[in-house]
Amino acid sequence: MKELWKGNEAIAEAAVRAGCKLYVGYPITPQTEIVEYMSARMPELGRKFIQSESEIISINTVIGGAMTGYRCMTSSSGVGISLMQEGLTDAFAKSIPLLLVNVNRCSCGMGGDFGGSTDDYLRDTRGGGNGDYHFIVMVPSTIQEAVDLTYCAWDIAEKYRNPIEIMTEGRLGQMMECVEMPEFKESPKQEWGFDGTTKFMDFGPMRDHDAKYKARMDAIREHEQRWEEYRTEDAETVIVALGMCSRVCKGAVNILREQGEQVGLLRPITAWPFPVKGFEALPETVKRIIVMEVDNDGQVIEDVLITTKKLTRFQNMPIYNLYKPHLYPADEMIDYYRKVISEEEKEVS
Amino acid sequence: MAKYTKYPELLSPNGWCPGCGYGIIARLIYEVMEEKGVSQNHIYVGGVGCNANLYGALEGGNKVECHHGRAPVCANGIKALMPDTFVFTIQGDGDCYAIGMGETIIAAHNRFPITVFAVNNANYGMTGGQTAPTTLTGQVTTTSPKGKEGKPFDIIPQMRALGVDYCARGTTASLAEIRKLKKYITKAIDLQLQERKYAFVEILSPCPTNWHKSPLEANEYIMNNVIKYLPLGEYDTSKEE
Repeated sequence: MKELWKGNEAIAEAAVRAGCKLYVGYPITPQTEIVEYMSARMPELGRKFIQSESEIISINTVIGGAMTGYRCMTSSSGVGISLMQEGLTDAFAKSIPLLLVNVNRCSCGMGGDFGGSTDDYLRDTRGGGNGDYHFIVMVPSTIQEAVDLTYCAWDIAEKYRNPIEIMTEGRLGQMMECVEMPEFKESPKQEWGFDGTTKFMDFGPMRDHDAKYKARMDAIREHEQRWEEYRTEDAETVIVALGMCSRVCKGAVNILREQGEQVGLLRPITAWPFPVKGFEALPETVKRIIVMEVDNDGQVIEDVLITTKKLTRFQNMPIYNLYKPHLYPADEMIDYYRKVISEEEKEVS
Repeated sequence: MAKYTKYPELLSPNGWCPGCGYGIIARLIYEVMEEKGVSQNHIYVGGVGCNANLYGALEGGNKVECHHGRAPVCANGIKALMPDTFVFTIQGDGDCYAIGMGETIIAAHNRFPITVFAVNNANYGMTGGQTAPTTLTGQVTTTSPKGKEGKPFDIIPQMRALGVDYCARGTTASLAEIRKLKKYITKAIDLQLQERKYAFVEILSPCPTNWHKSPLEANEYIMNNVIKYLPLGEYDTSKEE
């Protein structure tokens, strides 16, 4: 049965149903509903809720909890995640499959628009801490998808023993949609989890295990790419967009299709690993790619440029980039598309 | 109490400097853990610095190395999901009172049911002897070449103000004090095992290498100078209503 759920609360409930045993969080707009929801919901089920005194404490407490082999999560936004970076790189080095939810706000520093954007894209997909590492980063575009991705997040994370992030946005967190909640599932203690007696220091520092970590990241790149294609059959122009922006793009694609334009949408669901295979699967008719995103300087374009460089048939394809700091209407996307077709806009060089 | 003449089974040879207090501290903690039957069933949460040598020296139980200053909150995460396992932290003074001051105070304020040991050698030992909050007034270090200005930080009044059930300061600088220290450690560990309560023990430890003293001189320095600033003793309010 479908119910009306607020985005942030829906993510929290999905995490509970996926077997979250410990939630640690600190209030920050626009993700505070997750903290509030968990404060009531977790004790109700005999699980642990801790409100921390800073995001540094959040992540380090979650690392401690997750080392016992149970499913643990934290959530934050903007500067909160920046503050967590020392713990996030540690979680990767310690091979801890914890769940991080980033309800993206907007802009640098304190941040401005709580409606959000995807301007944490580069920080979150590259790993904002020291050393080279990646979180698996999944970007939902609807509340139902946010629920489904949260529900399966630990399954993926535990498979590779790699931390995972759901990168949602302020708008998606604050709005309400009809959602089909999944059933509660079992989440037994992982066999590598602390038992108090194991002599083997499994959670040692990265130091001598570089090859192991590289192999892990390669395996994730190979098996965990996710994307959605929308009306890309016979498309000459493919728009690449993710998150809330992709929803508006779908509207723009529908309008353009009605006007007889051959336009489609490729929506990365995993921002890392970036869906290179999604580009490989695009039809031969594609002549140009337009990357549309919500940020101040164009971030997703970097991944698209790297991807198209790798694939022979895209190497000389013109690529265009539209970015604005705040979510913009379909009209502006259509205007930009028209300018691209009439060669008023220059391709990215 | 049983007398221990043999070296604890689970303690390996260690890598600390000659005259360092850590070897004695590790041995005392392990002796008590053997007496309490948790030497094979515990989780040690450590910090960064000289105490990183403990990861090689302590052989039973699980170990985790935390980022600088974060050990108490990490221990709290573990304790939340494994409430029946003995969880303790050992941190240095830079770890506990500088970068990790927030975590130290919060752990005490929230009474996480863990046992916190802070080893105070009045400087950052592993990085070569820089000024720490605990460095004595006038003490010369590599970052206070003209001697430190200001007072050394004293955690015990803070802990008492926070109202923790048990806090103590001991030292490894004399045999009599080592015996007292073992009693402090025993009480702190008992408090977690029997009553699930937070306890804090600071241990003044000599650092001959960075103090540029012989091991004996370093011990005398603690007994003659350091304890004037940082007095020894225990404060037990766990039995009070």
